[in-house]
Amino acid sequence: MSLSDKDKSAVKALWSKINKSADVIGDDAVSRMIVVYPQTKTYFAHWPDLTPGSIHIKAHGKKVMGGIALAVSKIDDLKAGLSDLSEQHAFKLRVDPANFKILNHCIMVVISSMFPKDFTPEAHVSLDKFLSAVALALAEKYR
Amino acid sequence: MVEWTDFERDTIKDIFSRIKYDVVGPAAFARCLVVYPWTQRYFGGFGNLDNAAAIKGNPMVSKHGTTIIQGLDRAVKNMDDIENTYTELSVLHSEKLHVDPDNFKLLADCLTIVVAAQLGKEFTGEVQAAFQKFLAVVVSSLGRQYH
Repeated sequence: MSLSDKDKSAVKALWSKINKSADVIGDDAVSRMIVVYPQTKTYFAHWPDLTPGSIHIKAHGKKVMGGIALAVSKIDDLKAGLSDLSEQHAFKLRVDPANFKILNHCIMVVISSMFPKDFTPEAHVSLDKFLSAVALALAEKYR
Repeated sequence: MVEWTDFERDTIKDIFSRIKYDVVGPAAFARCLVVYPWTQRYFGGFGNLDNAAAIKGNPMVSKHGTTIIQGLDRAVKNMDDIENTYTELSVLHSEKLHVDPDNFKLLADCLTIVVAAQLGKEFTGEVQAAFQKFLAVVVSSLGRQYH
């Protein structure tokens, strides 16, 4: 299920509409993930404040969306473009890759709630494929 | 038996009282056929499903979307016994329709996305958690009679 030219255009078009709200999207997506999938809290036991909207969650949401922005810019070669991030996730963070799917779902729910007219089924399928490809690239160095 | 908090019960009833069944059902089902095109395998008799525009405009897709959400309505009205409420539906999907139960989760995800679009800011994390818990029970009940 590799990204077609149509998918890449759709992702870039959607990103251009939503990227000004990247920080808000990231904050909401991470907050939501912790509430809807409480098992994900296990990765953030070192944060003193896990309530939605906390400064730790805000900062982390910003970091995640920065990674997404990087991925959009490297959409033609995600494996190479996200290589450093993959090393970090594989050897330092060691996040179980199943969680990438969970966070991707939360990101898409937030985008749908904030940009209902733009997140058409056509945009959705391309973004879903893109985020799945990002997850794969992030897991590249795991084993 | 599933335990529901008052918040979860109220949230589910509230969502289903607010959404338009003949809008949300068709939108979620059409989205599923577009985002996960392999699900089209069960709808060979539905005519033109060639592209997103055809799918969205297809009257059989709309009708079936409404049928699906009316089925969900039965679960909303029987939240304390969704499993037994869905016994016949589960047998139908397994024995007659031969639907891979993994597909139920895909449709549930599309429904979540569509309801998020409808409710906007009000689709908070807590509301999403309740809605997804409800859908997980529905999905599990639909798969229960498979063997």
